[in-house]
Amino acid sequence: MHQLEQLQRSFAVAKKDVWIYYAKGPVMVFGLIFPLFLLIAFTIGRNMTVKELFPGLMGMAIFFTSTAVGPAILPWEARSKTLERLVSSPVEVWALLLGDVFASFVFGLLISIMPLAVAVLMGVEVVHLLVFCLGMILATICFASLSILLSVYPPTDVPATVMMLSSLVRFPLVFISGVFVPVEEMPAWGQTIASASPLTYFIDLARYSTTGISYYSLPIDLAVLVVSTLLFLVVSIKLHERFLPQRLS
Amino acid sequence: MDAIKVDNLTKKYGSFTAVDSISFKVEEGEIFGFLGPNGSGKSTTIRMLTGIIKPNGGTAAIMGHDIKDDAIRAKQLMGVVPEMSNAYVELSAWNNLLLMGELYGVPKKDREERAKKLLEQFGLYDRKESLARGFSKGMKQRLILCMALINQPSVLILDEPTSGLDVESSRLIKDVIRELNRTGTTVFLTTHNMEDAGQLCERIAIINRGVIAAIDRPEALKRASSGIQSIELSFNCIVDAEDLSNFSCVKKVKKMGDKFRLYVDDVNQTIDCITDYARSHDLKIVSLNTLAPSLEDIFVSLTHKNKPGED
Repeated sequence: MHQLEQLQRSFAVAKKDVWIYYAKGPVMVFGLIFPLFLLIAFTIGRNMTVKELFPGLMGMAIFFTSTAVGPAILPWEARSKTLERLVSSPVEVWALLLGDVFASFVFGLLISIMPLAVAVLMGVEVVHLLVFCLGMILATICFASLSILLSVYPPTDVPATVMMLSSLVRFPLVFISGVFVPVEEMPAWGQTIASASPLTYFIDLARYSTTGISYYSLPIDLAVLVVSTLLFLVVSIKLHERFLPQRLS
Repeated sequence: MDAIKVDNLTKKYGSFTAVDSISFKVEEGEIFGFLGPNGSGKSTTIRMLTGIIKPNGGTAAIMGHDIKDDAIRAKQLMGVVPEMSNAYVELSAWNNLLLMGELYGVPKKDREERAKKLLEQFGLYDRKESLARGFSKGMKQRLILCMALINQPSVLILDEPTSGLDVESSRLIKDVIRELNRTGTTVFLTTHNMEDAGQLCERIAIINRGVIAAIDRPEALKRASSGIQSIELSFNCIVDAEDLSNFSCVKKVKKMGDKFRLYVDDVNQTIDCITDYARSHDLKIVSLNTLAPSLEDIFVSLTHKNKPGED
């Protein structure tokens, strides 16, 4: 009963996040255009079909949109003097953070539908639609959970500091995750590094959804996304509980 | 039951002790003032009571619910106006209130009714759809107080609720505090404004350097501080303050415009000295009033007592 009440309150936090942080023109435009720009930058001059581009494009769209705003929310709330009010309300830290994750999830999922629609209109056929949808949902939750982990340290009230540091994690993660080169074509050391990134497993799922071919087995792709989500959530909740007083001081 | 019960509450930051084993109780239905100079531990105490920071030692309970072990229930019964607080400026006054209502689990119909009533009570209903961004400081503070009241709290905790406000907003907030108290709400407030404390509070605690220096009813504190008696007087022409400070029973002389305030050990003896002085210097006494110590005098006396080099 208590947990259910807290879950309801986390939806209120999510609604607040959407109103304040996501439902803004520039944020939406960034979410739509940025992955496209990156994709163009890395594929121009390379002879690739839309079908070959699709897994990487979807991976980047989901990854960047669901981690775009999440890391900045807590520092921003601390800066604008609303965090103290929020923390003094009867909402557990986990419920507060889950609210932020829900908001990132909704934003990531809705925005990522756009490139998906464009790809389908351009002739990409998603053969395993159910697998793709499940993978898309799991990946968006996973990266939304990562977004709150990225805001843990330093416990600052300067959003720019957190965003800069989170970029240092987000960009390398894209480069090692088989967005531009399929995992099977990577050298052994590249494959080892790629296996550490949850994005690799979503791209593998997306590739399977359109071609029927995957590097890892389907259960492994799904399991890694689930385990990564739980890991990000648990670690970020524990660390936020520890560092929240410092952010408020 | 005590509305607030604090027992040996302690907060340390490294080797610095911000709050040092303080204990006090606030009865249900009481308005309790928590006074102290900047950095004395007031806000740290409030932050511990409201669950924002965790104490290093001791316990505190709100309506019987421990702030560490039963924090959510304790918070559920509180309305809080933190010192460093703001409404969501990107949201309208109405949405700010509905959000708070949701965070406190107030059912939809109730939160809408309460939001309407509160905005009307605080004179903000006409601006309910306006973003809080455009509100003046007084309006924002009124909105923050509305947000603190949306859950109809048993205990209202206010950190400097009238600080920096215009007279009208300040008066409105004080009136609402009295009205809430009349209907049974316990109020715990910190303030720098001694006049507010004297007007509002049934009991006050004075905290200094993390330690409670005094705790009692304002009038009882004044009576207990008979050592801080003073005389306010003026003469028909200019007098050297040095002459007055030479009276044996005068501890301190403060010039206030054309008047002097003498802080004295013995009022009768000082009046004798003053009349002798006036006679010998051919002066006329224009006014002479004996003053009971103000809350401010007591505050200054208590909070300066332990400063290095004093007393």
